[in-house]
Amino acid sequence: MIINGVSIDATFAEAFPMKATRIIITAQNEKWALIAAQSMSGFATSVIACGCEAGIERTLTPEETPDGRPGVAVLFFAMGGKGLAKQLETRAGQCVLTSPTSALFNGIKSDIKIPLGKNLRYFGDGFQIAKVIAGKRYWRIPVMDGEFLTEATAGQVEAVGGGNFLVLAESQPQALAACEAAIDAMRKIPNVIMPFPGGVVRSGSKVGSKYKALNASTNDAFCPTLKGMTHSELPASCESVMEIVIDGLSKQDIDKAMRVGIQAVCELGATSGIQRISAGNYGGKLGPFHFHLQEIMA
Amino acid sequence: MSALTLTLKYRPDQRVDMSPLSCQHLLGKEPAEIAALELQSGKCKLRVDQLFSLSGFDTQSLIIKNSFEKLDFIGRDLEEGHITVEGDAGAYLAMGMKSGQITVTGNSGLYAGCEMKNGYLEIIGDTGDFLGGALPGNKIGMKGGLILVKGNAGERVGDHLRRGMILIEGNAGDYCGSRMIAGTIAVMGQTGRYLGYAMRRGTLLLWNPPQLSASFNDCGLHTLAFLPLLFTAFKTLNSKFAENSVAFNRVQRFAGDMAEMGRGEVLVKK
Repeated sequence: MIINGVSIDATFAEAFPMKATRIIITAQNEKWALIAAQSMSGFATSVIACGCEAGIERTLTPEETPDGRPGVAVLFFAMGGKGLAKQLETRAGQCVLTSPTSALFNGIKSDIKIPLGKNLRYFGDGFQIAKVIAGKRYWRIPVMDGEFLTEATAGQVEAVGGGNFLVLAESQPQALAACEAAIDAMRKIPNVIMPFPGGVVRSGSKVGSKYKALNASTNDAFCPTLKGMTHSELPASCESVMEIVIDGLSKQDIDKAMRVGIQAVCELGATSGIQRISAGNYGGKLGPFHFHLQEIMA
Repeated sequence: MSALTLTLKYRPDQRVDMSPLSCQHLLGKEPAEIAALELQSGKCKLRVDQLFSLSGFDTQSLIIKNSFEKLDFIGRDLEEGHITVEGDAGAYLAMGMKSGQITVTGNSGLYAGCEMKNGYLEIIGDTGDFLGGALPGNKIGMKGGLILVKGNAGERVGDHLRRGMILIEGNAGDYCGSRMIAGTIAVMGQTGRYLGYAMRRGTLLLWNPPQLSASFNDCGLHTLAFLPLLFTAFKTLNSKFAENSVAFNRVQRFAGDMAEMGRGEVLVKK
C-alpha cells in the first residue's frame, strides 16, 4: 500500500490490555488547571519505569466541568488496578492537592472504583468534611488557599495500551515534522493519549535485552546508525525513525487515532522526505491487540 | 395501570397507623386483599375499606386522598414506590424510609422523615418538630436521602442527623441542627434560637443571619468550591432551591458547636 508516495508496511502494531481512568482537574483559570494537569501527568511516559502512562486528553470549558470552572481531562493507564490506584493517589496528592485553586473530579463512569480523594482526606488532619452531593461523595480538605475539593473515588475501566506506528524519514527534521503533524491531528480524537514527550518517542524499544536485568532495550532493527551491523528494517536512505505510541480506552479509539495520525503523515508525503510507515511488531510477545496498518488505512 | 387511590371516608377520632399501607407491603396484593388489611386506630383495628374507598391497581403508586393529621406512619420503611398524600399527614411520615418518593400536599406532624435511610420526601406545607431526627432515645437520625419542605419546620430539625440533606424553603424553629452528627440542612427563611446546639459535624446553610450561641466561632468570609456543586444538584427539584437567583458560593463560616466536637459549620450567605 502506498499513500502519497509513502509506503505502508504490511505489518501490525501490538498492544496489550491495561486499566485506565479519567480525572478532571479544574482551577480558577485554564492556566492553573493545565499546570496541575501537566504536573500530575509528568514522568508518565511508559509503564516500564514510570508506574503508569498518563496524558492530557483535552481542555474542558466551564460548561463541561462539575464545578463550572475551566478544566482539563487527564487519562491514566496502568498494567493493573492496584498500580493505577497507587499512581493516581500519589500524583493527586503531590501534584493536584498542592496546586493553587485546584479541584479534582472523577471523569469516567464505572462500577469499579479506585480512591481519588478518599485517602487524601487525611491531609485535613481531622478538619476535612465529607459531602455527598447527587449520590457522589466529595471531600473538602482545608488548605492554605481555602479548600481543596475532591471527589472520593474515580472509575476504573478496561483499556488498551501500546498502539503505535513508526515514521521512517530521510532526515531527523523531516521525521519530527511528520510526527508533529500526526500529533496535532490525533489530539482531536477523544479517549486517547500519546504519553511520550510531545506525543513522540525517538527511543522505541524491543522486548528483552542482552542484559538480564532489563526487560526492554533499544529497537536496533530501526536504529539508523546500526544499519550495517544488525538485522536492520531500514532502507539505506533512511536517516531517522520516530514512533508515536497511543493508549486508548478501546481498540476502536486507537484505530481512529492511528488512522488520522498516519493520514496526517501521508499528507506530507514522499516529497517531504517521508518514506515508510511501519509499526512495533514483536512477534506476538507483547499483547493480544493487533493493529494492522493496511487495514486501518484501507 | 392507574395508581391505587385510597380516599378517606371519614375522620376517625383516634390516630391511625398507616404503616401496613407502605408500597412494599402491597406488592402483588389484589384490591380485595388490600381492602381486608387491618389498621390500628387507638385500641381498635379498622379494615382498610372501613376507612377508605379504594380505586386503581398500581400498588407501587399510592394516592391517599382527604388525608388529615391523624394518619400516622405513612410510608414507614418505604422501599421503592411513590406515595402522594393529598391533604395533611400525621406523625412519623416516611419514618425509616429506604427508597422511593413521598409527596405531601399539606402539612405533616412530628418526626417526619425520622431515621430515614434514603429516598425523597417532599412536604408542600409545614412540618412539625424533629424533622429528619432520631426517635426518642435513639442516637442516629436520618441517614440518607433528601427532604424538601416548602413551608416552615418546627423545632429540632435534623436532631442527630447522620447523613442526607434537609432543605427548608421557609423558617426553622429552635434547636435547628441540634446534636447533628453530619449531613446538610439548608434553611432559606429564619432560624430560631440555639441553632446547631451540640452539633458534632455537618453543615447548616443559611440565607439569613442566625442568632448564634457563644460556642460558635467566626472563621471569616470564604468562597467555597462545593457550593456550586450543591446548587447544581438542586436544579432537578421543583423548588426555590433550584432557582439560579438563590445560589451563592460566598459565605461567612462559623465553626461549632465548640461545646461539643466542634467540627460542624454554619455557612451564612454573604
